[in-house]
Amino acid sequence: MTDFSDELLIQRPRKDRAARYQPLLITLVCLAAILFQVYVPLFFQPLSFLELPLLATVYFALMKRNQLAGLTIGLLVGLVQDSLSHHPIGLFGIVKTLVGYFAASVSLRLDVDNPLVRGIVAFFFFLFHQAFFWLLSSALLEQRAALEIPRLSILALLNAAVALPLFALLDKMKGAA
Amino acid sequence: MEVFLGRYRNITVLLLVLFAQLLMLAWQVRGKQDVRLIRVWAVTVITPIAKVIETVRSHTVGFAQQYFVLLNAVEENRRLKEELGKLKLQNQFLRSELEMADRVRALAAFQARSPSKTVAARVIASGAGVNSKLVYIDRGATSGIMRGMAVITPDGIVGRVLSVFPIASQVLLITDPTFAAGVISQKHRVHGTLKGQGHATCIVDYVQNEEKVEPGEMFYTAGTDRVFPKGLPAGIVKAVRPGRVFKEIIVSPTGLQHGIEEVLVVLEGVHQQIPEAGQQPAPGFSILPPPPAETTQALPTPNANPLATDADRLKERYRGIGAAQGHRFGEGGPPDFTINPAPRPPSPPAEEKPPAGSKPPAP
Repeated sequence: MTDFSDELLIQRPRKDRAARYQPLLITLVCLAAILFQVYVPLFFQPLSFLELPLLATVYFALMKRNQLAGLTIGLLVGLVQDSLSHHPIGLFGIVKTLVGYFAASVSLRLDVDNPLVRGIVAFFFFLFHQAFFWLLSSALLEQRAALEIPRLSILALLNAAVALPLFALLDKMKGAA
Repeated sequence: MEVFLGRYRNITVLLLVLFAQLLMLAWQVRGKQDVRLIRVWAVTVITPIAKVIETVRSHTVGFAQQYFVLLNAVEENRRLKEELGKLKLQNQFLRSELEMADRVRALAAFQARSPSKTVAARVIASGAGVNSKLVYIDRGATSGIMRGMAVITPDGIVGRVLSVFPIASQVLLITDPTFAAGVISQKHRVHGTLKGQGHATCIVDYVQNEEKVEPGEMFYTAGTDRVFPKGLPAGIVKAVRPGRVFKEIIVSPTGLQHGIEEVLVVLEGVHQQIPEAGQQPAPGFSILPPPPAETTQALPTPNANPLATDADRLKERYRGIGAAQGHRFGEGGPPDFTINPAPRPPSPPAEEKPPAGSKPPAP
């Protein structure tokens, strides 16, 4: 294994590096992300590609380094998104629960303070989120929407690009908290 | 057991949470029921914040833009540019006021002229999700809005009310893939089903290949879906291709062409006639049809024959037979109905006497 990969890979799960966030801060950030998603695209349609609630879920799950905390954040964000959509409640909830759980699991093994790792994780979880949502809506609700992989890949890249400065900004909030 | 649960605690909780959500989903899908409590809470939390942000934005954006323009003014022309800036600010403000007044006036005029009973609403947020085709409006159950009501603008249909909350409602746009409405083409009166596709255009499905539909032709609501009143503009045909069984008709929705800021929710819909082809509605006011042709034909005219029905003509013939034989009906036996009297020359309408017992026509 190279030195570079050693830097990225943590040999043993590390919970002692878990960041502390006040629950109020997490709530406000997640609420702001959801508000951004429901409000901003009304006036600036190109920004509708941004899945900020997902990025907030991934960030807090990575930083908390705790699978239960990750799945709880994902569950709550997902349920609020479900409430604001016309789908039955649970679709976003299930997908984001899994995202929160897996992101927290990843944070136990990888150095998630590294920007490269953060970008890759955001890219991967966006694709996972969209593909799993498509799978659930097709299997459970018989919705026949097309899964456009090239378009999703581009959207995942864009979301990963936004994730880097967003995560850096949220890191500063961690210091403030 | 405790060791097992301690070791696999996290994965156990994950599985339990997923299982609970799957059960909730299955309950909703199977029983077509909704977990309304969660939705009401979420919408009641989100929509007032969105409303406040929208109010602040609409009042500050114009001023802030002009302020930053003025900040960049060259120092030596500061005074002139300040004046210019003020004028621009005023102009911008008045223009936006004018545009808003125009929109509101058009909406109000449409609302007044439309036979349907409507209530105006403002779009305050969109739905969650990247592919969401939902919007929230600032009118809810307190304004008399109910699920399934049609949402329109003077330019055409916009969507239908999906959920109603006390002070807000959720509207499914016509571009959503789950949306469908019955439509009819203006020129050839071809029936079809308007469906959303998840992006800017819609399709009209279930139109046989043998039917005739042309690009540029308008589709209007047919009223068959019992959501939209008949006669509202739905979309204009962009492209037509023959398919396997049904035509592939791409339609650009007219109601969404200029964005949606203010909409009307149809509280009580009234069906209207489809305007004749070539008679394009004027923008903003436009969907009232001409008076139906049947009404004008049915109106009585001074030259019209008063004997409108077969019974009237038979009665007149028998009266003529009786008069030719000097018979008075109601006295003695019946006259000989086999003898036809000589046909009388048609008298001019002005000399015609009204039947006994009827009032003379008003001048």
